[in-house]
Amino acid sequence: MAIPSPADTARPGRAEAAGPSWSGTGADLGRWIAPVVSFVLILALWQATVLIFRLPRFVLPPPLEVLTALGNNFPILLRDTWVTGRETLAGFFLSIVVAVPLAILITASAPLRNGIYPFLLLGQSVPKQAIAPLLLLWIGYGEFPRVILAFLTAFFPIVVNTAIGLQMTPPEMQDLGRLLSASRRRVFFKVTFPCAMPYFFAGLKVAISLAVIGAVIGEFIGGDTGLGQRILVASGNQRTDLAFAAILMLSLLGIVLFTLVALAEKLLCPWYDKS
Amino acid sequence: MVYRSRGKGSVTALDALNLRIDEGEFVTLVGPSGCGKSTVLKLVSGLLAATSGQVRIHGEPVRGPRREMGFVFQTPVLLPWRTVRDNVLLPIEMLGQPVREHVARADELLAKVGLDGFQKAHSWELSGGMQQRVGICRALIHDPEILLMDEPFAALDAMTRETIGLELLRIWEERRKTVLFVTHSIPEAVLLADRVVVMSPRPGRIASVIPIDLPRPRTVEMEYDERFKEAALEIRALIDRGGPAMHAPAAAAGGR
Repeated sequence: MAIPSPADTARPGRAEAAGPSWSGTGADLGRWIAPVVSFVLILALWQATVLIFRLPRFVLPPPLEVLTALGNNFPILLRDTWVTGRETLAGFFLSIVVAVPLAILITASAPLRNGIYPFLLLGQSVPKQAIAPLLLLWIGYGEFPRVILAFLTAFFPIVVNTAIGLQMTPPEMQDLGRLLSASRRRVFFKVTFPCAMPYFFAGLKVAISLAVIGAVIGEFIGGDTGLGQRILVASGNQRTDLAFAAILMLSLLGIVLFTLVALAEKLLCPWYDKS
Repeated sequence: MVYRSRGKGSVTALDALNLRIDEGEFVTLVGPSGCGKSTVLKLVSGLLAATSGQVRIHGEPVRGPRREMGFVFQTPVLLPWRTVRDNVLLPIEMLGQPVREHVARADELLAKVGLDGFQKAHSWELSGGMQQRVGICRALIHDPEILLMDEPFAALDAMTRETIGLELLRIWEERRKTVLFVTHSIPEAVLLADRVVVMSPRPGRIASVIPIDLPRPRTVEMEYDERFKEAALEIRALIDRGGPAMHAPAAAAGGR
């Protein structure tokens, strides 16, 4: 924030801070060099370890072989990724659809909060892996139980963060709403909800990573598609290189999905990192 | 306006507070922290109900929040996703009135506080002083009869304070509203007011009401006027006399 001066010479146009600059300045380059160097070092170390200790391939394949496996099986892996990604996203969106109204209910009144919140905590304390076999029993094989598992793992952080955000309305704004006898609905849409957006997105960022985990757990337990299943089968066949390739795809999927959520945040609340 | 009120439970926030404010008068309320200045504003606005006593506007008791109040908060609290203009128009939207008809008025108000050209800027592009100017415009957009200001310039530096204070007076002189202005600053209280209400703490009561006999429009130079100094000194003495009470046991904490 600029130092207030009587003249207040600042002009609207001075907002050069309109987002992180990706121009190739020296400082930016420096930020990229370190992680790239350490990444290359880790790969070199991995390759060297395998060569020096003569580790069997099924225990730890050298990174180059993982890349070869990735290249040779790329169409299959891509299809698996698509399956896992689809389950993840379905579970993720389902969790948004359920979590946001729930967060609104929780913050709307004390009795509702007291009635709902303990059960949310209770539900959260149950490890999702533990109920995965039961889900198969109840809803059978296929993608649907995995979607449900992704939903169950993802939804809690969205509820909690959104609920916190909905309570972040500045008291002055509540006073303003009361002074002007604005309806609760109007204050909610004009002030309360937008105020909660950054918290909602913080929840989404945690949730999207958890949703991937949920989907993979679902694939471990049952079915015959998806990256989780591919990892399971590949390691069963001692195709560790293929398993690693699938893990690589899985982490790429996670990174891409997370980046998409972060992008959506930038688009929908561009004010957040500036104020 | 008359208010006589007590706080809940054991802490009496305000006691034997009796004040009449004329229409179009500019009254400042000065006193040490914890003397209930802000409580008085909340009572007048109807945001807070007095446990005893009442506030009357045009003889009619205040029973709840009222639309004819404009409120300027201690911090501007602008909504960061809205442009400056849309922040000013927020009360119109909350009232459910057509926004388009008020755009011209919003721009006019912004121009009056020197923010012409900033209509489409966002709060993070503004300095603290500019943000509070937007806060003033927001309080005035629905043309309230009464303007309540709760230490609006407390977070600003001394020079910006003076400048904005005089801007506020200019707007007020064009269209006289009743202003109740809470402040910590004695010079500010004197420079702006027709009358300064000096409050003493715990329980908050009126120590004295001091009429300010300075011509309008006011200027910064008046701070060197003998009448200004006299009034400021008198207020200073009144507040210092209430001093020991400020160091009373911690039981009185939170007496608002």
